[in-house]
Amino acid sequence: MYGTWMIPASRFAPHLKICELVEKTKRRMHELWQFTKLIRSKNAGPFELTFDIMFKDQDSFRKVMAGGKLSPELIAQLYKTDLHQIRFFVIESLLTVKISIPRPVFSGDVGDTDVYGGQFHGPLIRLQVVD
Amino acid sequence: MKTIKAVAATGNLSSGFREETLVRAVQQGAHFIGCDAGTTDSGPYYLGSGNPRGPREGTKRNLRIMIREGLKAGIPVIVGSAGHAGGTPHLNWTLGIVRELARENAWHFKLASIDSEVPKDRLAEEFQRGRITPLCPAPELNDNSIRQAERFVAMMGIEPIQEALKSSAQVVVTGRCSDVAIYAALPVMQGIPKHVAFHAGKILECGSAAVAQRYYPDCMAAELDQDGFTIDPPNPDFRCTPQSVSAHTLYENSDPYRLIESGGTVDTADAQYEAISDRAVRVNGSRFIPAEKYTVKIEGAAMAGYRSIVVAGIRDPLILRQLGKFLDGLRAVVERKIEDSLKLSRSAYNLQFRVYGSNGSLGQLEPSSQVEGHEVGLIIDVVARSQSEAADILPIVWHTGLHHPIPEQEGLISNFAFPFSPPGADMGPVYQFCANHVWHLDDPCEPFRTTFENL
Repeated sequence: MYGTWMIPASRFAPHLKICELVEKTKRRMHELWQFTKLIRSKNAGPFELTFDIMFKDQDSFRKVMAGGKLSPELIAQLYKTDLHQIRFFVIESLLTVKISIPRPVFSGDVGDTDVYGGQFHGPLIRLQVVD
Repeated sequence: MKTIKAVAATGNLSSGFREETLVRAVQQGAHFIGCDAGTTDSGPYYLGSGNPRGPREGTKRNLRIMIREGLKAGIPVIVGSAGHAGGTPHLNWTLGIVRELARENAWHFKLASIDSEVPKDRLAEEFQRGRITPLCPAPELNDNSIRQAERFVAMMGIEPIQEALKSSAQVVVTGRCSDVAIYAALPVMQGIPKHVAFHAGKILECGSAAVAQRYYPDCMAAELDQDGFTIDPPNPDFRCTPQSVSAHTLYENSDPYRLIESGGTVDTADAQYEAISDRAVRVNGSRFIPAEKYTVKIEGAAMAGYRSIVVAGIRDPLILRQLGKFLDGLRAVVERKIEDSLKLSRSAYNLQFRVYGSNGSLGQLEPSSQVEGHEVGLIIDVVARSQSEAADILPIVWHTGLHHPIPEQEGLISNFAFPFSPPGADMGPVYQFCANHVWHLDDPCEPFRTTFENL
């Protein structure tokens, strides 16, 4: 019985696989978490959520900010929030972006899903921030 | 130049600290020990129910070490937001522990307690007078909602604590209190400028959270003077960096530069953070902008009903691929059954299907709520006007759901994997925050009642 390791490698056109892999890796390098050392969400009191995005270094910070994707407009769309309710702070001295939005459901209300607000950053982690 | 050394025992009284760290911090010349015991982070339950968040034994252990060291050094111990929510029952719970400790250890000292619960009649009266105004966003508050709520507290600033300290209280236990005020009250009384004291308070209030790598909860210390403060963790294994301290001003705060407190706003936009050793950081350059009008924040919790829940897993791919439709269909059937058998219309209760594996964590904010995995976790969540109504509705939902049909399968199927028997539990009363308002005061101490006891 053949194990997969016994099938001649040439049948998989290895050069093509590697190209794909490189392509994939390049794609993966565009996700927000790869430029940061911290992405978190948390209540700022029971009625607001705040997101802290801290970048690894100057280079990562510049790349993402120059990409222009991480913006109040994107947050408005992603978190279904009116643009004028979003507070978006770019703090270059800390290589940090801080974003605050009102909670659509207040902490602990009957329909709330996350009392501490600690998991709302989930959709930001794999955000494509650079083309 | 006069300096004041402030020691924070830990970020939350229930989370603890290392005994040797506190002993060292006090021996290094502390002027007082502070500790925050409360937060609204864990939701409205504690304020609404009047129950403290324990554990009692852990809280007692921490208070024992703090008071013992405070008495030994002859310095005040200040505990803010007693019992988690800072209402009268929370304050009394904490005072009970303090009295017990004094008795058990034959300690004698002057205890001050500052009650911050606001009677509903009083709040309604102040509301009528237009002295209660909303922050943004805020739940709607009116005379009726005030009277129907369970409990309100006002969040004190530095002034009531200063009054207690001026009367030579050795231990001060407060109801709801600004975290920062615990650490700013004594320094400001001793002549430290507010911009220094309030900014230091913000860094101290989470205990060791402002260190570069917090291996476990522990103490923090700061030395304050006329120009700024130096933050220096008393645990030799911890160190602060300019990055770790400045980053901490962001935490749990919706604005990174402006920290709004009773009496004014701390503006940290021009603050400088400088490493003065491999573990200590000097902070200068924040500003304090006095408020035009002195206000205190009001927090309130109201009863929202009683909850019963069931936990189940769903593994059948045929159900998973039509889960939304399946649950919508189930809802329609059970609403009818509940109406028929319990005479409860669907406006009399709240039924939620919380689907983990779809949008359980984010709810309506989930951008990708289609099911991608091979199973989901389901919580059937019922909130009704009484516990018995919730407990009656629940089996109708889970038993109907257990056998609710799908077109691909003929005959009776069982759709839910229940890990427990019985499959669910009564969760008790449910509360909601019902105020995010401020109270305009002529006297910062007006809503707060201080009592002294010689133990």
